[in-house]
Amino acid sequence: MMRIVAMAIASIAGLVMLLSPFFPDLESVGAQSSEIFNVIAAIAFILGAGSLVKVNLSRIGRRDAGWGYALVTLLCFAITLIVGLGKIGVPPNPQFAATPWAGEKDAAGSAFAWIYEFVLTPITSTMFALLAFYVASAAFRAFRAKNREAMLLLGTAFIVLLGRTFAGVWLTGGLPEWASGLRLENLSMFIMQVFNTAGNRAIIIGIALGVTATSLRILLGIDRSWMGAGGGSA
Amino acid sequence: MVSAEDAAAAGATTASLFTPGKLPLAVAIIVTSGCIIAWMLQARAGAAMYLRRIPALDAVTNAVGRSTEMGRPVLFIAGIQDMDNIQTVAGITVLSHVAKTTAEYDATIEVPTSRSLVMEAAREAVRGSYQAAGRFDAYNADAIRYITDEQFGFVASVSGQMVREKPAACFYMGCFFAESLILAETGNSIGAIQIAGTAESSQLPFFVAACDYTLIGEEFMAASAYLSGAPDQIGSLKGQDAAKVIVATLILLGVVLATIAALNVPQSEAVSRVLESVKGALGS
Repeated sequence: MMRIVAMAIASIAGLVMLLSPFFPDLESVGAQSSEIFNVIAAIAFILGAGSLVKVNLSRIGRRDAGWGYALVTLLCFAITLIVGLGKIGVPPNPQFAATPWAGEKDAAGSAFAWIYEFVLTPITSTMFALLAFYVASAAFRAFRAKNREAMLLLGTAFIVLLGRTFAGVWLTGGLPEWASGLRLENLSMFIMQVFNTAGNRAIIIGIALGVTATSLRILLGIDRSWMGAGGGSA
Repeated sequence: MVSAEDAAAAGATTASLFTPGKLPLAVAIIVTSGCIIAWMLQARAGAAMYLRRIPALDAVTNAVGRSTEMGRPVLFIAGIQDMDNIQTVAGITVLSHVAKTTAEYDATIEVPTSRSLVMEAAREAVRGSYQAAGRFDAYNADAIRYITDEQFGFVASVSGQMVREKPAACFYMGCFFAESLILAETGNSIGAIQIAGTAESSQLPFFVAACDYTLIGEEFMAASAYLSGAPDQIGSLKGQDAAKVIVATLILLGVVLATIAALNVPQSEAVSRVLESVKGALGS
């Protein structure tokens, strides 16, 4: 019974969202569905936080590998929660000067804003910066000239890479006007605008059709595997 | 007699019922959906359907079997977006099949999520799959857990888990952004079999470079239907192909007409006018 209700809600909500861009009368219903989703997501966040605390507490209790990280996670979670909910260091709101805690939790000068700016932002920037090294190691493997296709890929990558740096202009800038198409910066642009765009568009058309088919299967209740049961089908 | 005012009022009422600028999009959706439904019905009626093999999906069983043999977990990540993203929904449908295989092979599955709602949906899917496999006793809700909404916080946590627990198989199925390569390269460094699927075309090259198998765009969307093997779901894939043939035909027709319009032949002007009117109707 629960499965039928869940499927009915998914189908009706999906259908309304599908039709709302075409029928002005349904636009408000579509917007309401999005709001309902946000409310459900907010409620689910409590479950998420509960899961975070439970899993990390049990890891500390069992002294699992890396339990120290679990401790740090819980400490940071607690500190941020207290600082955010308690609005520690939040400057008063000039509009409601007499009301305590009327200021925004992330207003400039608050402890929450300080944590965001001086703890979270540097940490996330560090993780993002690691990407450069991962790109280098992945490129090293991908561009190994082990067969004809890999050599083609390597050659193309070499042209695009050089064409987008000053080295490309420096190397082939001296070519005469009638051979300007062979300049690395022009070759690079040609590869990106013709081959790359064509391939990308083919993938995007396939994705659009795939999204339509997947949505239809779910809306019609033919694919119920999102509810479990390993591929339940109508 | 209908007065001009009545006619204008009726026109205004009709116009407010449907957004006129969206007509081409509505036609495209109706034609595509019609193709898919028609092929679904044909498949249900028993028509034979050929489906090419997708190595990435055939490798799912091998990857889970390897995890069982090595006594290591299977890691499944359904992207970093919420349930309102179709890629996340597609990822959850694949998770249900993978979870059924892990239940049958007695392997453990770990599903870290970056959204609370995805955690709940993943728990439902995995619970249902373990029930379907008759292994509900092996279901562990805590293995499907919420980490954080923060993109790089999630990556840091999952990468750490990968390095510590060394899963034998890693699945990345959903919507990924810059974290795709960090996850895939970490998985590569620990020697895991990696199967990825996404419809984010900008992340596909990273997955192709770092993973053993990659489901490219529509293959990812077709994964659930492929793994289920159900005739009507396979039919939907054939319908999708039929729609693709229509799109390809229209593109070819457009190319021929644009070429004629560009050439200096007597028909060029008439063809140009047709193309302009089509462009106008499409709102471009």
